[in-house]
Amino acid sequence: MEEPTTDPHAEETAPSEETAEATNVVAGVPGSVPAPSTEDVTMVIWRGDEHGGEFATYHLPAQEGEVVLDVVHRVQATHAPDLACRWNCKAGKCGSCSAEINGKPSLMCMTRMDSLPPGEPVTIAPMKTFPVIRDLVTDVSYNYEVAKRIPPFEPRPKTADEEAAGGYRMAQIDVERSQEFRKCIECFLCQDVCHVIRDHEENKTAFAGPRFFARSAELEMHPLDVNDRRELLREQQGLGKCNITKCCTEVCPEHIKITDNAIIPLKERVVDASYDPIAWLGRKILNRSKRTAREAAASAPSKGPAAIQPSEPVSGVPVAGGD
Amino acid sequence: MVTKEDTIATPVVLGGVRGGPARVATLRKDRWWVQPVTTVTVLTAFVAYATWAAFINKDYYVGAASHRDLISPFYSPCLTGSCVPGSHPGSVLSWWTISPALLILIFPLGFRLTCYYYRKAYYRSFWWAPPACAVADAHNSYTGESRFPLIMQNVHRYFFFAGLVLNTILTIDAVMAFRQPGHGIGISVGTVVLSVNAILLWLYSLSCHACRHLCGGGLKVFSNHPIRHRIWKLLTPLNAKHMAFAWMSLVFVALTDLYVRLVASGTIHDAGFHF
Repeated sequence: MEEPTTDPHAEETAPSEETAEATNVVAGVPGSVPAPSTEDVTMVIWRGDEHGGEFATYHLPAQEGEVVLDVVHRVQATHAPDLACRWNCKAGKCGSCSAEINGKPSLMCMTRMDSLPPGEPVTIAPMKTFPVIRDLVTDVSYNYEVAKRIPPFEPRPKTADEEAAGGYRMAQIDVERSQEFRKCIECFLCQDVCHVIRDHEENKTAFAGPRFFARSAELEMHPLDVNDRRELLREQQGLGKCNITKCCTEVCPEHIKITDNAIIPLKERVVDASYDPIAWLGRKILNRSKRTAREAAASAPSKGPAAIQPSEPVSGVPVAGGD
Repeated sequence: MVTKEDTIATPVVLGGVRGGPARVATLRKDRWWVQPVTTVTVLTAFVAYATWAAFINKDYYVGAASHRDLISPFYSPCLTGSCVPGSHPGSVLSWWTISPALLILIFPLGFRLTCYYYRKAYYRSFWWAPPACAVADAHNSYTGESRFPLIMQNVHRYFFFAGLVLNTILTIDAVMAFRQPGHGIGISVGTVVLSVNAILLWLYSLSCHACRHLCGGGLKVFSNHPIRHRIWKLLTPLNAKHMAFAWMSLVFVALTDLYVRLVASGTIHDAGFHF
């Protein structure tokens, strides 16, 4: 495993305007940063691409009321016009500006500068679980491939009364539990912080991750849905790999109780289906069956026994920071 | 039916350069280590005390000689022939010659060991998988709870049922403690301690995730089961405080044992009054 190579944008990070203060490119771990004026902010931002990268340091005058994304935009405007970052709504609703601020997976637009330790450099790194495309932009396509394997909503047939009434009728108490999961903005911070794939990339081939457990929970708890995803979750989506350390819940910007309200209820449903001998006996006596993983997955856009097929890593490129 | 021919192998690139420096456990600057250190300290202290208390096999009951009926939760129900007179319902297991606590503690131990909250606590603190959010896992490979032995965590609901039985017995103990042999009905510090202990254990058990699931969470359509939905609604706010109840009940059960032990050994007097 190699250290990241020299920052390919090092020359481009030089100050571009007279208002800019000294800008340094610091290799490796941020720490040897020159002490700035207390009225400055020091941003230590990861610069790099698929070939490697390093941290670059920018000093800017502090401005009141800013969030981290504002400061990143000022870095773009005054220091590094080629700095790549995703953003869109600046309101915590689009899920685009996910990054790791001082090591914590967060939305840049929802992290106020005055919530960070004053006078200390602010470190911004891209989400570690996903490969870097450039600077703070990562390739999150893993999540979209997992999403294709989630069987969609499968409603039961309408009753005669519902046909006559023109559609399904559901009680509020039956749908409100699932509505919590609809708040998800797909920022993928939960996927990023989940150590099952963050620290053990090989698990990506058979682990859906917290965002998609929440999606499956939403469907499993839907009063009209008739699919039974329990075996699919156990066998192919790696629910058993989750050791419920609740980091997904800690980082969720929508404050969805992913662990308590989605993952643990799913784990309990899997216990009903696979590990509880009394539940097994009850199914036998009542002649109830459960769907196999394959049957449950039949309606998913991408089907098959394997969750995700790994392809060859990018030729000659090590996984930096993955150990 | 899906066949192999239907399988679409969608490639996802594994590998690729990640952001942040290599071989650095975390970029976090806050004191993320405080929580795991605290957990290790408290749990280790509890395990050390509970082991000592379980093996010492004495000073767990305050009986009629002191006009009290206080039994340590570590030793209740006392089922063996070696139990001190008055502390047990009869010598159910006369062949058991070592500490009766060992017979009982296996159930609360199993309940807490498989508890969803404690799993989080000890996976983080003792196993470092991970020690804190966005701090690197300490292990090279990871299969979680998908294989033996950790797949056995799925027996949690059965320990929950055993916990309910023990809670009921400890509640009876707390109620019976209000009888002060030779004096009649009375209240003492010991009765309050046993009562608070029983309440905290009930709160811990009723806030359990398995309990929430069994009482209603496993339902797909609440409106067909209004009573179970009502119970689920009552348990949900308790479940949100499961961590707090886990710690409070853990510490208090040890304090309860300690109090009974101090009174039984004559170190302190159980202050109280009777009617």
